Amino acid sequence: MSILVYVENIEGDFKKSAFEVVSYAKAIADQTGDSLTAISIGQVADENLSKLGNYGASKVLNVQNEQLKNFVNKAYGSILAEAAKSEQAKVVVLSNSFSGKGLAPRIATKLNAALADGAIELPEISGDTFKLKKSAFSSKAFATEELTTAVKVIAVNPNSYEVKETGGSATIESFTPSLNQDDFSVIVKEIVRATDKISLPEAEIVVSAGRGLKGPENWGIIEELAEVLGAATACSKPVSDADWRPHSEHVGQTGIVVSPNLYIAIGISGAIQHLAGVSSSKTIVVINKDPEAPFFKVADYGIVGDAFEVVPKLTEALKKFKNS
Amino acid sequence: MFKTLIIMKILVCISNVPDTTSKITFTDNNTAFNSNGIQYIINPYDEIALAKAVELAEGGNASVTVINVGDQSTEPTIRKALAVGADEAVRINAAPRDAWFVANQIANYVKENPVDLILTGRESIDYNGTQVTAIVAELLNLPSVSIAKKLTINNNEATIEREIEGGKEVVSTSLPVVVGTAEGVAEPKIPNMRGIMSARTKPLNVIEPIDVTVLSKITGYESPTPRGAVTLVDAGNVDELVNLLHSKAKVI
Repeated sequence: MSILVYVENIEGDFKKSAFEVVSYAKAIADQTGDSLTAISIGQVADENLSKLGNYGASKVLNVQNEQLKNFVNKAYGSILAEAAKSEQAKVVVLSNSFSGKGLAPRIATKLNAALADGAIELPEISGDTFKLKKSAFSSKAFATEELTTAVKVIAVNPNSYEVKETGGSATIESFTPSLNQDDFSVIVKEIVRATDKISLPEAEIVVSAGRGLKGPENWGIIEELAEVLGAATACSKPVSDADWRPHSEHVGQTGIVVSPNLYIAIGISGAIQHLAGVSSSKTIVVINKDPEAPFFKVADYGIVGDAFEVVPKLTEALKKFKNS
Repeated sequence: MFKTLIIMKILVCISNVPDTTSKITFTDNNTAFNSNGIQYIINPYDEIALAKAVELAEGGNASVTVINVGDQSTEPTIRKALAVGADEAVRINAAPRDAWFVANQIANYVKENPVDLILTGRESIDYNGTQVTAIVAELLNLPSVSIAKKLTINNNEATIEREIEGGKEVVSTSLPVVVGTAEGVAEPKIPNMRGIMSARTKPLNVIEPIDVTVLSKITGYESPTPRGAVTLVDAGNVDELVNLLHSKAKVI
């Protein structure tokens, strides 16, 4: 028996969420006394694959095939289910990333497995029963889900499990799946990736702004603050609804739910729907000129003041701090 | 001259969820959701799917069926979907037990009533599951795209823009396909008086569920622990904030 972890690559590189899922799967393998096998699909150099050993994988299955260059959930699902069977995996772990959300249900269906998506902690294991805590009601609550099927699939939320280096090493084996042409009916036409931008769900620091900024032309001060912090930028729903910022930046109950180490909210009053999307952030800073803004009630630190004065000063102070 | 009219059949899967402003609490020693005083709405992402379906049906080239797995209490939500512009509705008469249960009911309906396009919301805002989209597709051996930001249909071909970390990906596939819709696909529609009136007489068919083994269950809930009181810093003293974030919160 083994634990299988799927590691997603972005143009041949593994990002933090890949090491997070390997660390997470390793912790399960240690508890159940199984070995950990990682599987990678697509063009990844051996040098990158062997890095996975340092997070606890003892074996890495490498699937390389021209047809699998781009992610297609149906095809990747078939491959991962096949690998899970050949490795006799009792748990399959992957990231609850945008692609993972389309992939995990397919793997689970093929394996008659229960799927816990959006896991935020390690499972509590007793025999064949796993209990998992996951965020529910858009972070307004947590639910404990019980999985009792023989095989289980767990999709782990980005930024919810700490990467742990084990100092181990892994053997790399090539894995040749049987490909079903019927699985390739989705054709990838174009991939646009802003390489200089930090992905919002994975960001450790998020600088977010709302209607208090008065208009899209004023976002320069937000971007400057984000840049000095190495942060992703985000916004409230009214801002994306007004097309001041793209929908992909909308954080909240009906947008993206984030859990960064630091969330800085500028000119956002703190409607319950917005708070639902940010409440699992470790530290929240609120800058708002209205001392009655509800956001202050859930913040760790606050400044009552005009964003147009406070934000540039904060950016300067951070620059000074970074250079000291 | 006669033109053959091809009617595209669209199925929109909707779930009935607590209104976004709801305060979430639990009963029975934190093992059950407290629905007391809760207003239910169409899941906001499903509203996007519905709006897109209605938009595609403008001009009469498509028919829109909404499907919900729920007991009788979900009918006001279903009627709202009809008021927005769906032509007919199906309710599978069972409380939704988990995503696997719901997806199997939907897939079973589609096996008996084939459609060209199945739309779901990207996720439900109650249990934040994103599973139904891809389970339905897998059970029906269909392609699927989760977290779609744009969707266009041209003849028998769907072009879909989906979200990826730090960017977007454009894919195409021929129908039928299952698509999970996110913001950007369409603007949710508010029903007008004519829609509300006509919704009363549109067909709402109730179908009994098939037997499905539930794969997971929720055994308990917790509310997040409240944060301590906010530490206010003077607007003229941002250095103090930087210092607190560094030495106390240890986040920079």
